Amino acid sequence: MKKQTKIIWNVGLIAALLLLLFILEQVVPSSSMLFMVLKKGAIYALVAVSMNLLNGFTGLFSLGQAGFMLLGAYTYAILTIPVESRASVYQYFDGGIVQFAIPVPLALIAGGVVAAVFAFLIGLPVLRLKSDYLAIATLGFAEIIRAVFQWDKLGPLTNGSNLLRNFPTFQSVLYPFIVAGICIGLIVLLINSTYGRAFKAIRDDEIAAEAMGINLAHHKQLAFVISSFFAGVSGGLLAMYQTTIQASMFKSAMTYEILLIVVIGGIGSVTGSCIGSFLFIACSEWWLRFLDNSNLYIGDFHLSFMRPGFRKVVFSVIIMAIVLFYRKGLMGDREFSIEGARRFFQKHFKKKQAVEGGSSHE
Amino acid sequence: MEWITKNLPYLMAGISVGGQYALIAIGYTMVYGILRLINFAHGDIFMVAGLIMVYAVTVMPMPLALLLVVVATVALGFLVERAAYKPLRSAPRMSVMISAIGVSYLLQNLALYITGGLSQQYPAIPWLSDTVTILGATTKRVTLVTPVLTIILVVVLGLLIKYTKVGMAMRAASRDFETSQLMGIKINSVISMTFVIGSFLAAVGSMLYFTNYTGVTPTAGAMPGLKAFVAAVFGGIGSIPGAVIGAFIIGICENIIKGVGWTTFSDAFTFALLIVILIAKPTGLFGEKAIDKV
Repeated sequence: MKKQTKIIWNVGLIAALLLLLFILEQVVPSSSMLFMVLKKGAIYALVAVSMNLLNGFTGLFSLGQAGFMLLGAYTYAILTIPVESRASVYQYFDGGIVQFAIPVPLALIAGGVVAAVFAFLIGLPVLRLKSDYLAIATLGFAEIIRAVFQWDKLGPLTNGSNLLRNFPTFQSVLYPFIVAGICIGLIVLLINSTYGRAFKAIRDDEIAAEAMGINLAHHKQLAFVISSFFAGVSGGLLAMYQTTIQASMFKSAMTYEILLIVVIGGIGSVTGSCIGSFLFIACSEWWLRFLDNSNLYIGDFHLSFMRPGFRKVVFSVIIMAIVLFYRKGLMGDREFSIEGARRFFQKHFKKKQAVEGGSSHE
Repeated sequence: MEWITKNLPYLMAGISVGGQYALIAIGYTMVYGILRLINFAHGDIFMVAGLIMVYAVTVMPMPLALLLVVVATVALGFLVERAAYKPLRSAPRMSVMISAIGVSYLLQNLALYITGGLSQQYPAIPWLSDTVTILGATTKRVTLVTPVLTIILVVVLGLLIKYTKVGMAMRAASRDFETSQLMGIKINSVISMTFVIGSFLAAVGSMLYFTNYTGVTPTAGAMPGLKAFVAAVFGGIGSIPGAVIGAFIIGICENIIKGVGWTTFSDAFTFALLIVILIAKPTGLFGEKAIDKV
């Protein structure tokens, strides 16, 4: 396939997807779990891809994603709460110190920028560390950020440990898809650029990469800052999705979930992370929900082990099975593409034809 | 005198918590020493030990329950290693760490399912939870018992590692994993032994730790686990005395910070300390410097 036809195919596919979402929204009642899964899935896809940029493409094992999402979410919320409702949100802090509101897209970008600035400062000392030390240090930073945002003295800015609410949110499922789509597109462009190739070289062998003239510190810092920027944007989207935020939401458990999404999708595969995200959210929130039903009977036998919480147990067993037996995840380090899909079907189709042909001769 | 009575409770609580962290930290440091793995599930094993106690006392007398907690926790630690880490022995280190995170996720969700998400009242262990008064400060007896018991256990462990065959094998494996295998050390049984010891100490630690608190929740193990790991890094990962000293320092500092009135930052302090030590002296207080060969 030529490059041009490939681009046309991809654009067509994206347009078809958006159109499908638009039609779904008109047809399916808006209370359906489907939309919840799609919205949350899109947001998690973005943060999973941003984590994959670090873990899968640059080989930096960072566990600070929840902290950067927190920064993005708070920046977004603080900057967009309408001035007239600030008095009620910041009721314990005399309406807070921020007395203006900026448009939503600007606030999302601001969230990303704040996360990126923090990442730059944190990265200066932390990125000198290797593998698991880096993981635990970034995890520590996320915890510190969480503690600082709950601090009473910062209340006029962050509302202490109270909820932030009343900021603008989105209704249509298209919104997170478009924003996350643009961001993921930018990340893909980055990965395919010379910078992306340098990141991969660092992942494969630091010493060899350095010998080839790649500035390690500079590139690691760049990957870290960019990944955090997009984590910040997705934090802003998450705030929009959840309509209220609180620092205590952004626990290390959140980072673990994102990491598991990356692993399920395949470390080093952007499309894998996206697919993994939707599967993860759909499984944990929707498809397995019947397991929480405590009134299930087979004949007269009461399935008493099925009660709220059982879904999560089954889900974590599935995840363990993936981690242990399908270590490469769904996609490994390959990418989903039209051509790949076509080749895949062609191969299987041809095989079938051959088998059929063989049997007809007998 | 007034100063002492005012601050003594914090200091005592610090030493006590430090001892409990030390017991958990040893599990981290020993596993890391041999497998180079941050066993994220260790904190959750500690939490499960607490839950087993909660349920065990409802069906059996206290001494039997204590015994069951230790046996069951050791079995759990052994099982986790066999099921989740052993199959990944030849996999990249990151896969094993992800597997550890998966186990942690599984144990927390299992606990959530069994408890229904409610905080479970931890039973009062007689004698340990009696209140005593020292220099005008009232506290539970466990506060005094913890540091003594911790030090006794650490000394015993030190002797075990220094003078027994298994201990020698452990030291060899942590020095050089592959060569020790070539020398005829059964690496799997050494690793299992490490997990058994770590889980045993976590079980003892959980009895002491939860006696001081009102309840056990499914996420109760996460924070102490992380702090104990920080303690292990602080003392120099792989070194048992280092882990113990690091744990005491963290426990005491944390409680002093609480005493000053900065409770919000008591957790943050631990991680700040971690980052400072990682940057200033990545090998920790007593760690050995690793040499990277290209």
